[in-house]
Amino acid sequence: MAVKLPIYMDHHATTPVAPEVFEAMRPYFLERFGNAASRNHAFGWAAESAVEAARSQIALLIGCKPVELVFTSGATESDNLAIKGVAQAYREKGTHIITSQIEHHAVLDSCKRLQKDGFQVTSLPVSRDGRVDPADVAKALTPKTILVSIMLANNEIGTVQPLAEIGRLCKERGVLFHSDAVQGVGKIPVNVDALGLDLMSLTAHKLYGPKGVGALYVRMGKPRVKLVAQMDGGGHEKGRRSGTLNVPGIVGFGKACELAGQLMAGEAARLTALRERLWAGIRARLDHAHLNGHPTLRLPGNLNVSFEYVEGESLLMSLKDVAVSSGSACTSASLEPSYVLKALGIGEALAHTSIRFGLGRGNTEEEVDYVCDRLAEQVTRLRAMSPLYEMAQDGVDLNTAQWSLH
Amino acid sequence: MLYSAQVLDHFDHPRNIGNLPDANGVGMVGAPASGDVLKLQLKIVADPDGTERIAEVKAKVFGCGSAIAATSLLTELIKGKTLAEAAQVKNRTIAAALGLPPMKRHCSGLAEEVLKAGIADYRQRTGTAGTAPAGVGVPEYKGSCGCGSSFTA
Repeated sequence: MAVKLPIYMDHHATTPVAPEVFEAMRPYFLERFGNAASRNHAFGWAAESAVEAARSQIALLIGCKPVELVFTSGATESDNLAIKGVAQAYREKGTHIITSQIEHHAVLDSCKRLQKDGFQVTSLPVSRDGRVDPADVAKALTPKTILVSIMLANNEIGTVQPLAEIGRLCKERGVLFHSDAVQGVGKIPVNVDALGLDLMSLTAHKLYGPKGVGALYVRMGKPRVKLVAQMDGGGHEKGRRSGTLNVPGIVGFGKACELAGQLMAGEAARLTALRERLWAGIRARLDHAHLNGHPTLRLPGNLNVSFEYVEGESLLMSLKDVAVSSGSACTSASLEPSYVLKALGIGEALAHTSIRFGLGRGNTEEEVDYVCDRLAEQVTRLRAMSPLYEMAQDGVDLNTAQWSLH
Repeated sequence: MLYSAQVLDHFDHPRNIGNLPDANGVGMVGAPASGDVLKLQLKIVADPDGTERIAEVKAKVFGCGSAIAATSLLTELIKGKTLAEAAQVKNRTIAAALGLPPMKRHCSGLAEEVLKAGIADYRQRTGTAGTAPAGVGVPEYKGSCGCGSSFTA
């Protein structure tokens, strides 16, 4: 069977809206367009009941109470609300926050903002395979620590963090625990109680829901988390996030969570097999391909590979009909390679050659085989042009060779 | 990012890629840690009137699409040219011809640097003073021999 081109293998960036999700949303754009805050007529009631049904669907997927969910515009807002909202609410108790070096910018930059405002932030390093060591969290905790924020699974390397262990440490010390869980929810089982989470950021568009809608889980009992709202206005979401609710988006988010709950076990197994097929296919065709991240403790659909001696952006450009992404500097505005890969300690040279594959619901074995073939062809073409490959073949140690800096 | 038709053409069909065993001027700039390394091999010959001319050129490049395109275009622009003519090929010449956005001027800058480095190496080997452009960005590297295998540790 011929594969349909182009092939989308960038599901960490976003996912398509599932047809069932789209159909569930449709009426809330059209005849059921009411404002969920309109308490005095049927249009408002229909919208409100749809929002509450969605809240329950999402709560079911992560094992929380519906009332513990605050709808937002997405995970960036959720991260900002969680971190800044907790920092401002607990400032009297302490001013120290612990996070990791490989968090999403929404977490890192929220912490940086707080640093400017007098908070102390500890950014924990990660191991070579991208894991935060719970022992490092334990060591970093001080009487002034009010919040620990560690992601569930990394968006670049897919490494799944030991949240349950970190959660236990936080609970023992009475420190709040937040996680940006956008890459993991709907892909791997997530239960806020099992992970010991007090706050968790979610987004719809990573799990086949629409863009522009997310949620923050905020624990309501043992402990009851206090939060200073970051958005002033009409006091929606029990005063935690003002702004008219994105009713169709929320309906889609709910439906997407319901579907994810049904499909997760099967999809996780299928995507893990596809990922292993992709990695085996790459290794069978090419040498000097290095896996970034943990060999097994990673998201089912994530594969991150450095194709040594080939700059990542040039490889992306060569794979014209395959959508993947790279940790190469040239794909960013900063000319700096991925800070996540740098944190692994793999070196900047290898970081520049990394490609992230994000497998998802639509991908097939045929597509994986096609991508393997194109990779082999294009990596070989680019290596033939690469002075580094030639030098390495000639036995030059590129790490100790002298380079001109620019 | 979106690429110009010129970048895509050079990227898909890079010109003058390979090695030049009888090169008499070799330049290499960049570093793997910076994400781009350009290597240029020149065969410079003197015309009967003594004018030095780039008779043959080959390049190798590790880098993003714009770096590959800039290297390819550089070889096209300097092949067969006198050294005085080649010296007119600048960062801005290449950036303009490829329609590179400002953040990619780094790539065309490296192309200018590698040309200077190649000519400087030729001057050094042949002991000619010439009128090579001022050595801004000429890399300090040792023992280039054209085969890429003798960069010192």
